[in-house]
Amino acid sequence: MSLRVDVQLALGAFRLDAKLDAGVGTTVLYGRSGSGKTSVINAISGLHTPDTGRITLDDNVLFDSKAGINIPVHERRIGYVFQDARLFPHLTVAQNLDFGTRFSAIAVRSKERATLVDTLGIGALLQRHPAALSGGEKQRVALGRALLSSPRLLLLDEPLAALDEARKQEIMPYLERLRARGGPPMIYVTHDMSEIVRLADRLVVLRDGACVVQGLAEDVLGDPMNVKLIGVQDAGALLRGVIDHHAQDGLTAIRLSAGMLHVPHVDLDVGAQVRLRIRAQDVILSLKAPEGLSTQNALQVRITDIHVGDGPSVAIGLRAGSDRLIARITARALSDLQLQKGQSIWAILKANAVPATAIAQSGNVTSDIV
Amino acid sequence: MSITAAEIAIVGLSLKVALVATLLSLPIAIGIAWILARKEFFGKSLLNIAVHLPLVLPPVVTGYALLLLFGKQGVIGGALEAAFGVTLAFKWTGAALAAAVMGFPLMVRAIRLGFEAVDTGLEDAAATLGASKRAVFVHVTLPLIAPAILAGAVLGFAKAMGEFGATITFVASIPGETETLPSAIYTLLQVPGGETAALLLIGLSIVISIAALTVSEVLARRAMKRVSGR
Repeated sequence: MSLRVDVQLALGAFRLDAKLDAGVGTTVLYGRSGSGKTSVINAISGLHTPDTGRITLDDNVLFDSKAGINIPVHERRIGYVFQDARLFPHLTVAQNLDFGTRFSAIAVRSKERATLVDTLGIGALLQRHPAALSGGEKQRVALGRALLSSPRLLLLDEPLAALDEARKQEIMPYLERLRARGGPPMIYVTHDMSEIVRLADRLVVLRDGACVVQGLAEDVLGDPMNVKLIGVQDAGALLRGVIDHHAQDGLTAIRLSAGMLHVPHVDLDVGAQVRLRIRAQDVILSLKAPEGLSTQNALQVRITDIHVGDGPSVAIGLRAGSDRLIARITARALSDLQLQKGQSIWAILKANAVPATAIAQSGNVTSDIV
Repeated sequence: MSITAAEIAIVGLSLKVALVATLLSLPIAIGIAWILARKEFFGKSLLNIAVHLPLVLPPVVTGYALLLLFGKQGVIGGALEAAFGVTLAFKWTGAALAAAVMGFPLMVRAIRLGFEAVDTGLEDAAATLGASKRAVFVHVTLPLIAPAILAGAVLGFAKAMGEFGATITFVASIPGETETLPSAIYTLLQVPGGETAALLLIGLSIVISIAALTVSEVLARRAMKRVSGR
């Protein structure tokens, strides 16, 4: 699968000029509200027609203003999960689920449908009407409905934004499983970093209607140049690791390529591969191996980039084994420590800096595959 | 005092005229309401005014306009007669046309409100699931506005049952052909000693009105329940 988008659109004072590529797996569109994320996926779905540009899905031209091509929404076979579920109120859950199948050329086998209903945990709701469902249930039905229409690509517009934390945790596993089992490629709109850790293969950052940076999520988030774009509070690198052991004192040890990291208990089996996010502002740099500190988390790293912005803080790019790490320190600390590119130093962080929401299972997700 | 065959004929004719008027104008009213609610085009306000004219014109004027247009010598009436052998003036079909025209603005208003209340996000969702514009209309929009269509139909039917001015101007009040309940009551009240017979018809029209209201209330409640999915 390869999606290429290059569209321009003027909506009042707002201007969208977005160029982005997406492939298999999940591409996350990240940005503040009003940055144009939803406009991009509406253009991909065909719900909004851009002023100019071109959208192709594999060798299929969906939109081309020059050639006068604009495939209607219903012929694009692109699923859409809306923030507000948008279930049909006059139909039961079962009828909602099957709504798309009657228009689809691809027959969904009843076994597939049954497995999906089971996986989403909506078997008991089939005869109910949407008005009788909770927000989380509605969103699971909406996800099932979109999947049963056999889409070539699935668009998700902040599907969890309207839900509380418990409801989010109810749906997230399905999305993770969908990604792991090689379901349809997804374009996932969010402004929530914890969703990026768990879902993003590629990351596209939008700002004021433009795609300012895009690439593999690890590369985008690991580049100190992007700290300001992501937001100084949210910026942080993604690292890969393996659950090494659960200690008696409640901490979990994660083996990273650069060393061991001890974090609050993570509810995953030993040996599970994980991806975790370490925020730039939680990393402390030291010239010497730490002694007499309350934390055990110290990784030996090498400085790869020093990015001095216009503010009082500096973003430092670090190589931690085979992973990247970024730290945000003050310009004063930079001059006091006389940090140089290529220098080998220590990155120190508190255990609590990596909460469970910043850790997600990755790779060989366990067997209950749809 | 008992109900005679003549009175049954009057009630039957009234019901026939009102039903035919409602059923034939309903699809057109849905179409016009959809255009007014969803489309922007040059001359939209003119269409809106044209639809509402029968509501604001004196019914006699509307009836006379119908006579001019659909009478035997009228532009449309003459053509209809020549092409299909259909006569409207002074026939029950003409009474149905008059009733339909008078009830039309009420229907359109009620149904238009229904269209305007539909969440277009649901229609978008249906399109992303592969439904063509027509399928979206049939499977999503129409079911969602069912209560509004029902309300419009009931209003149109009630207006058709009670329509007097345009009807009597266009098709007069010919017993057995165009004498509906209101025109029969009016005729009886013009005759000395006709009050008793008129009262019977008045009683009948009250019964029919209450029955129609009750049925529509039940249907509306059922439709509302279906749409809100409770």
